[in-house]
Amino acid sequence: MAGNTPRRVRESHRKSQRGAEETPLVKWLLVGTAGLFLLVFLLLPLVNVFAQALGKGLGAYFKALEHPDTLSSIRLTLLTAAICVPLNVVFGVCAAWAVAKFEFRGKALLITLIDLPFSVSPVVAGLVYVVVFGLQGYLGPWLADRDLQVIFAVPGIVLATLFVTFPFVARELIPVMQATGTDQEQAAMTLGASGWQTFWRVTLPSVKWGLLYGVILCNARAMGEFGAVSVVSGHITGLTDTMPLRVEKLYISYDSTGAFAVASLLALLALVTLVAKTWLEWRQERQFEAAQHVETSTSRDEGTGPT
Amino acid sequence: MPGFGLTMGYTLFYLSVIVLIPLAGLFLRVLGMTWSEFWGMAMSPRAMAAYRLTFGASFVAAVINVVFGTLTAWVLVRYSFPGKRFLDALVDFPFALPTAVAGLTLSSLFAPNGWLGQVLVPMGIHVAYTPLGVTLALTFIGLPFVVRTLQPVLEQLERETEEAAATLGAGRLRTFVSVVAPTLFPAALTGFALAFARAIGEYGSVIFISSGRQFESEIAPMVIVIRLDEFNTNGALAIAVVMLVASFTMLGVINVLERWVSRYQH
Repeated sequence: MAGNTPRRVRESHRKSQRGAEETPLVKWLLVGTAGLFLLVFLLLPLVNVFAQALGKGLGAYFKALEHPDTLSSIRLTLLTAAICVPLNVVFGVCAAWAVAKFEFRGKALLITLIDLPFSVSPVVAGLVYVVVFGLQGYLGPWLADRDLQVIFAVPGIVLATLFVTFPFVARELIPVMQATGTDQEQAAMTLGASGWQTFWRVTLPSVKWGLLYGVILCNARAMGEFGAVSVVSGHITGLTDTMPLRVEKLYISYDSTGAFAVASLLALLALVTLVAKTWLEWRQERQFEAAQHVETSTSRDEGTGPT
Repeated sequence: MPGFGLTMGYTLFYLSVIVLIPLAGLFLRVLGMTWSEFWGMAMSPRAMAAYRLTFGASFVAAVINVVFGTLTAWVLVRYSFPGKRFLDALVDFPFALPTAVAGLTLSSLFAPNGWLGQVLVPMGIHVAYTPLGVTLALTFIGLPFVVRTLQPVLEQLERETEEAAATLGAGRLRTFVSVVAPTLFPAALTGFALAFARAIGEYGSVIFISSGRQFESEIAPMVIVIRLDEFNTNGALAIAVVMLVASFTMLGVINVLERWVSRYQH
């Protein structure tokens, strides 16, 4: 009798499993539909970018990329990202430290406010700076008297990009820093480390992958932003066109190869972003599993889980 | 723990300078208008037509995304098949691809001489430069939101309840409709709201695939840009305020929905 029970349990378990699964036909039908949908809807547009860019041969492709106005748009996009990403990293680290390591009133409100730029239409984000810095704006006359230009110039492009990429680093870092808690930092400080030493040697290494994840997303958006930048740029060829704006300008002047050549660089950026993102997610998953493994084996000794 | 004053101070300073003060400036400027001036510009026939298309196309796009997003999430969580990791990574592609590139390549695919247009246009289906194209672009950019919202919920779904339903004699479809679907509903609704919220503000991908004709395929952000080009800042602001109110309403709705989902997850 006793020897029979486990076998019966296993059998009934297997039987019920079978009841909770689709028949192979349904399964492959669902996989096929989803797969076809993703391939046509997502992969085909990507392949089309490169097909159109290279359709007239490598010579035409590189000639399009070597156009001085295209080169200047690449420079402007790189410059914008080089300014915006570090600024948002400093902010993201500060915000994550304040939110994750301390308790204070209004924390939920602060997190909502940090996420706010994600809810604002990019065009409105650009408009906001036109209202402040534009000729008819609050600071417009003051800036004009001093021969300073923000709107229709590089500073406006940087500001609009800062706005739309504002939450990326902070929102990735906050949960990671909350998960690591304050035990390690407190231990380091008990051992005599200063606040800065603790931050550089303890906090930063434990959140570096989350930080990198935020940086990659922030950079992709900074280089690819269209709407917000379009409103403040003024579209001065060779001066205030970023790469996405250059794509539009080439497209409306019927230079298809040129437009797709610039677009192919942005698509490459998207691919690199995707690969890096997938790799980092896989890493974090493994780290999380390892941490859980340690946690379950230690929490048994301590009697309490982490709080 | 040290550093609260420094980090909190800088956080509030940077948040105010980049986001809060400029946004407040926008609202302050609108408060300077008279009500009839504001209402006339915000609700002009051209603006109304643009809102209808913006919200209508965003709604349809979000519905399509819920259907295909649920299917995609289900397939990625429940089955193993060759190429699964690739498809899983591909889902984030619209999120990583600059919107201008998305608009450019979609309009070229569906143009009469494009890969898909060659087939569809002779059949009488015009996508490029029509409201249908606008809907398609908004579907493209919204897909990751639905899939990524549903995936973790599906992973946490307890198979035991489905097995219990099967044991009690429910067929697979019946189990899905009466057991799985109600559990997925809050997450699907959240995904819908996220995709919708993202779509109403979209500009970059739409301008490539829309003809931009007034009263036909013009979306609200396009009207804002046109008002600015006419140096009619107040006209642009009036429409922007309507869009901001819609965005902030969606933000509130999404917050409530996300709390609902997390209650389901524990």
